[in-house]
Amino acid sequence: MSDVGDASELLLVRSAGNRRRAGRVLTYRTAAVTSLLFPPTGIPALLHSLRASSLVRKQELEQARLAGQRARDWAWISVGVGLSVYTVAFLVWLVQANSGGVRKAFFSSKLLWSGDTWHSLLKGFWINVQVFAYAETIVLVWALLVAVVRLLPGRACAPVRWLATAYVDVFRGIPSLLVILLIGLGLPQARVPIVRDFSDIQMCVLALSLTYGAYVSEVYRAGIESVHWSQAAAARSLGLSYFQTLRHVVVPQALRRIGPPVLNDFIGLQKDTALISVIGVLDVLNRARFANNAAGSLTAYSMAALLFLAVTIPFTRYLDYILRRQKRLLAGQ
Amino acid sequence: MAFLEIDEVHKHYGQTQVLNGIELEVELHQVVALIGASGSGKSTLLRCINALETIDQGVIRLDGDRVSGPGIDVDSLRCDVGIVFQSFNLFPHMTVVENITLAPRKVLGIGRRDADDKAMRLLQRIGLDTKAKEYPDRLSGGQQQRVAIVRALAMEPRLMLLDEITSALDPALVGEVLTIVRELAVEGMTIMMATHEMSFAKEVADKVCFLHAGVIYEEGTPEEIFSNPRRELTQTFLQRIIEAGRL
Ligand SMILES: Nc1ncnc2c1ncn2[C@@H]1O[C@H](COP(=O)(O)OP(=O)(O)OP(=O)(O)O)[C@@H](O)[C@H]1O
Ligand SMILES: [Mg+2]
Repeated sequence: MSDVGDASELLLVRSAGNRRRAGRVLTYRTAAVTSLLFPPTGIPALLHSLRASSLVRKQELEQARLAGQRARDWAWISVGVGLSVYTVAFLVWLVQANSGGVRKAFFSSKLLWSGDTWHSLLKGFWINVQVFAYAETIVLVWALLVAVVRLLPGRACAPVRWLATAYVDVFRGIPSLLVILLIGLGLPQARVPIVRDFSDIQMCVLALSLTYGAYVSEVYRAGIESVHWSQAAAARSLGLSYFQTLRHVVVPQALRRIGPPVLNDFIGLQKDTALISVIGVLDVLNRARFANNAAGSLTAYSMAALLFLAVTIPFTRYLDYILRRQKRLLAGQ
Repeated sequence: MAFLEIDEVHKHYGQTQVLNGIELEVELHQVVALIGASGSGKSTLLRCINALETIDQGVIRLDGDRVSGPGIDVDSLRCDVGIVFQSFNLFPHMTVVENITLAPRKVLGIGRRDADDKAMRLLQRIGLDTKAKEYPDRLSGGQQQRVAIVRALAMEPRLMLLDEITSALDPALVGEVLTIVRELAVEGMTIMMATHEMSFAKEVADKVCFLHAGVIYEEGTPEEIFSNPRRELTQTFLQRIIEAGRL
């Protein structure tokens, strides 16, 4: 007996005590019966399975195998469709439960259909978009710089290497919320030169760039190190200097590999722009809070969530697409 | 004074002493073949000559100038000394012509147009001008290695180091690569090559050096080494090669 289906015992020729294995017909009875948990597809599965058994009894093995295969296909469809249908049904039930309490809290039509609320939220969200757009641009360059410094060779460069390592360790270790609080509130209060004239938004860009620069520099570093040393040897042997080798040979190859993980970190950054509300910026989250307070509901938060999804979902789909393409390219080699 | 002088060169990795006092002179236009068992230090010696590795002791001179040790300009040394590796090491993110023109453009400062022209002429010579716009992974091993040779030649080196450039190739592709080396030799390029292709070494080399235990154990003309080796270990090494049917 196998896990996926039951072999028809009748077929097993036991002459001379030998059990035949090759040529068994699988009827997938267990799977078919189990899939009855979702009857629309479970019933066809069971019917095919039963038909397979009866065909075996009639010694029509080829037909029996086909029927068994159908039973198996329907059983898998039961898994796929059944699970999804039950999950969605459960969610719908949740929303309707408590005589529409969930609906009132999260999707109250008073806010959901109010153009003014949407307008105000969009104005706030624009700030979030600006923050992550600037931060991402800065991170792309800054992280590369940090990564290159961490990879500088030789004893002479040990101090800067150490500095860069310390930066990465510190900013990877502090929650971004704390970094935003410390920089957004602390620096202006301390009247630190240069940055004391930054606007709130610039402070937020600074804070998020520092945090994510630390993450992304590690991705860069791994990417650079993944380029085989023989590539650098070949470039150096042609007379290219250390930095020319990095610039023309190593980094371009590294960038190809680190695209997906960097984009992944950027999705995190985009979501973390919600944290800037703690220093009182009128971003989407604070505006949602005001709207909610006025209406006595949480709906504006749901609306803010939808705004984030509108940005991050296309981004993640794009990322998936790149990953798939990359896999194909690598497989093609 | 010889063109390339290798004088008492020592080199170790951790505990292993790889080069143990190498003495070797290479004249201009000479072709020198390095033979020896695997691990005898042939690659290491070649890599020391163009400063991909530093040496512990001794001195290497090119055209009378010291090119090892402190204070040397490794990048300009490498413009004079080209190396081709066993594993091609073409840049996979660049087309064939970009592979060839990168160093002339960035190191010698030649304009793109001129560099491209020169690369195309070189590619034409080896019959690969139709592949100029291809990426290396679309080329056969033999084609890749020919491009790697041309890439080194584009810098117009005065000395070429070839490190077992046919070892990673299908036997059927070895010929096309050796043809180029043969032509280079005929044109008078100074060549130092580590090789397991004994018959080829016999054919093109002016001098054959047998490396053993980090020293040049025996050197001589191809006739002397292959037909009439004087020292015992050279004899056993060649005996093994002949038994393996490779000479
Ligand atoms: N980067 C390295 N670190 C440590 N040991 C090394 C390194 N490169 C080479 N070696 C050692 O040095 C010795 C000589 O190596 P080398 O590659 O020069 O030999 P070879 O004569 O070229 O051999 P082959 O014919 O197999 O290419 C070997 O014992 C090898 O293990
Ligand atoms: Mg070698």
